Amino acid sequence: MKSPTPYRWIVRLRCLALCVAWTMFAMPAMAALDADLVKPLGSDDSDQKVAAIAKLGTLATPEAIALLKALRDETVYVTAEGRVLVVDADSNAVDPITDEKLALPDGSDNIVINNRLRGALDAADSGLQLLSPEVAKRRAAAHALEQEADPAQLPLLQRALAKETDAEARESLVLTTSALELKSPDPALRRTAAERLSESSSASVRPLLAALAEPDAQGHYAEPDPQVRSAAAISLRAVNGRVTRAEYLGNAFYGISLASILLLAALGLAITFGLMGIINMAHGELLMIGAYSTYLVQSVFRQFFPAAIEWYLLAAVPVAFIVASLIGMALERSVIRWLYGRPLETLLATWGISLILQQAVRSLFGAQNVEVSNPAWMSGGITIMGGVVVAWNRIMIIGFAALVLLLVWILLNRTRLGLFVRAVTQNRRMADCVGVPTGRVDMLTFGLGSGIAGLGGVALSQLGNVGPDLGQSYIVDSFMVVVLGGVGQLAGTVIAAIGLGEVNKFLEPVAGAVLGKIIILVVIVLFIQKRPQGLFALKGRSVD
Amino acid sequence: MDASLPMTKESSGMKTRTKSYAPPRPALFSKPVWTGLVATVIVLALVPILNVFVPPDSALHVSSYAVALLGKFMCYAIAALALDLVWGYTGILSLGHGMFFALGGYAHGMYLMRAIGREGAYHSDLPDFMVFLDYKAYPWFWSFTEHWWYCMLLVVFVPGILAFVFGYFAFRSRIKGVYFSIITQALTFAAMLLFFRNATGFGGNNGFTDFKRILGFPITAGSTRAVLYLVTLAFLFATLIGARMLVRSKFGRVLTAVRDAESRLMFVGYDQLWFKLFVWTLSAVLCGIAGALYVPQVGIINPGEMSPPNSIEMVIWVATGGRGTLIGPIIGAGVVNGLKTFLTTTFPEVWLYALGLVFVLVTLFLPQGIVGLFRKLMKKKTEDAFIGGPAAAASSSTPPLAPLGDETVAEAAVRDAVGSES
Repeated sequence: MKSPTPYRWIVRLRCLALCVAWTMFAMPAMAALDADLVKPLGSDDSDQKVAAIAKLGTLATPEAIALLKALRDETVYVTAEGRVLVVDADSNAVDPITDEKLALPDGSDNIVINNRLRGALDAADSGLQLLSPEVAKRRAAAHALEQEADPAQLPLLQRALAKETDAEARESLVLTTSALELKSPDPALRRTAAERLSESSSASVRPLLAALAEPDAQGHYAEPDPQVRSAAAISLRAVNGRVTRAEYLGNAFYGISLASILLLAALGLAITFGLMGIINMAHGELLMIGAYSTYLVQSVFRQFFPAAIEWYLLAAVPVAFIVASLIGMALERSVIRWLYGRPLETLLATWGISLILQQAVRSLFGAQNVEVSNPAWMSGGITIMGGVVVAWNRIMIIGFAALVLLLVWILLNRTRLGLFVRAVTQNRRMADCVGVPTGRVDMLTFGLGSGIAGLGGVALSQLGNVGPDLGQSYIVDSFMVVVLGGVGQLAGTVIAAIGLGEVNKFLEPVAGAVLGKIIILVVIVLFIQKRPQGLFALKGRSVD
Repeated sequence: MDASLPMTKESSGMKTRTKSYAPPRPALFSKPVWTGLVATVIVLALVPILNVFVPPDSALHVSSYAVALLGKFMCYAIAALALDLVWGYTGILSLGHGMFFALGGYAHGMYLMRAIGREGAYHSDLPDFMVFLDYKAYPWFWSFTEHWWYCMLLVVFVPGILAFVFGYFAFRSRIKGVYFSIITQALTFAAMLLFFRNATGFGGNNGFTDFKRILGFPITAGSTRAVLYLVTLAFLFATLIGARMLVRSKFGRVLTAVRDAESRLMFVGYDQLWFKLFVWTLSAVLCGIAGALYVPQVGIINPGEMSPPNSIEMVIWVATGGRGTLIGPIIGAGVVNGLKTFLTTTFPEVWLYALGLVFVLVTLFLPQGIVGLFRKLMKKKTEDAFIGGPAAAASSSTPPLAPLGDETVAEAAVRDAVGSES
């Protein structure tokens, strides 16, 4: 709940509309309300008023709702003798207890709704939403109550639960109701609650059940009734199984998501390092340049095309590709070209370039991170299996990575440029002899690899911070992917990225994020000892 | 990789000289170089003495800042020299020497932390960070670290054993060139992540700092600093002499052969594994000692020292000074760090541009570094006028600025060694 205030307002407005509708239906059949409920509204004591409002809220009959609405509209009056009357649109006063119509006696006072009473009304309203005929409202109300359910609302919750048909709202209601019922003094109620919780798949019920089913550190059970205990234990097992499955699925998804990021970061490297043998330590900075291009395109859209701001990302993709590949080609022509065949020197020179690029970005855009926003169609997500949130931006990036991979594959295997690239890679001299412009092919290939890094930057800008250090954090990872996959192999790079992504996400819950990463690095280092050529080695007979 | 390196084809010329090779072993350094070296050492040794014994208002007084700075640079120089042994002479580019440096530093730091005693902010027997992180007792790997001698053993053996084990597997599976570099980078990255964790037990982010005394002497006192400085100078000098002896020996010849023509060396019957492993481990140990000397002088060690950029910076010290020479790395460490100190204090935003340019310009235009440039300018031809240049030392007929990968060196070394074995 990022911004409670506007959300509350919406709820309140909706509720108002709802109340109006209900009042219209309910008016003719307005049955009497209990005097015990209505009387305290006329008292001078705010506590009593608040309690009365809460009770009316949980009662949730049409009459109670009408009275609450009247309270909010400040059309409820108290006579001198303490009788509570509702004044309708025609200035007739109605006694909500007896439904008797009469003229408003002199000396009657309006019941003023102060902030405290308004809060009480709001709480009652959100409870009432549970009975709304609209599924979306019921869901929203149920979720809101998960955070702030009051024991007094229990009867209302129970009623709502009995009627609820929507799975999502039901799930949420089960959770809230049972959590409240578990605290009830009645063992039978506690037991039903514990049994009911077995249908939940939310991880948040586990501590609730565990508190009942398992002894604390001293061996005492918080729950005195053994039957409730065993019911809780059975439910706990069921929930645990479901939660574990959901976690498993979530890990698998996040693993694929990480893999897509690694792939986008490493694909360009697979071309420059894998095919051309250039150790480009500035590769991370090309990612960063892609991300900053996205930022620039966003700024341009904000300035000139505010109407199309939602779609700036589509424009950022080609821009990032072109900017990064131009910078890459400039690097190739000015520095890297002179260092072909001297990989260690290339490594040092490109490291120097990476420092310069970083500092240049720092001088241009400042050392702070810049803000790149997610367009609306990429934010949010879908929840599957009760608890696994699959974010849209991650799904999009997985799709984007797959698309880029496909395009690169087509480019390398189905176009003339790709043919030249492969020819130069396999036998530079021979290619030169048959007229392949090797120098230009080198430049274009390097530009392609850099451009893909730019595309990776666009994707990264949607997931994390965009700052001058963006590239640094990916350089080790991307090299690991390429080295692990085997140089010169797109398939190897893909499989290495997926493998690393999945292993990383499944290790993380076990070992912690940092230790997991360390373990992976060490495993890769060991693996390379065993298979220096990576997962997929090109078969050959050359010595060095 | 070999084929791509520039070569000078001199084999025919060499053959005629084969028999007359094996000259009487020349002196370690030529006379002028000896003079220069000794003079430099004396001047450097005077620095802390002028700091301690000359009153501050005298013109001859050297500030404590200068002493600390030079002491730091000399530690860097030792590390650079160690790196040069593996990169310049054996052709193994390590991007992970920062890890060995920091490991040595941490090993010494453990002693220094325990020497604080109860004078920390929490007045506990445990170091402040342990109190802060709610440790109840020292973890097992901190046992005995209250003894200085034990920590000195750690300084030598921790980097040494790690390098030996890693090197054994890496060299056995013949990982070399950029693969080796990338893997060492990953290794130091992993080590950095490990040391950043609070749970690892080395102070996490903040590392070790606030040292109070070393072997009972207050660590900030001028005289203690002077002694540390002199020890560092002595060790640097000893390392230089030792390294010179090593690279001039038959063993050094084989190392150069590993660099220039590893396959050929194997085909003539050498097991390159042990040669590489020895020099790799030695280099790691030297680097660890440099780190151990660095920590008490700088007063802090944290995982940032293990970050990949730091290790690459070490490489550029060597490249700037001149790899494959021994004076070069020392000069390079001084020049680059001097530049760094100057720029980061006066124009901080320019420093990364400058460092980046140094990387690019040195690799493009000064492949042999400052020493190479100097050598070019001098155009001297005598065999041992300059320190350690393998090309210069091996053959007088090649120009002194022979590129790395000079075939004749490898061939001469192999022939030399084979001849003596049979």
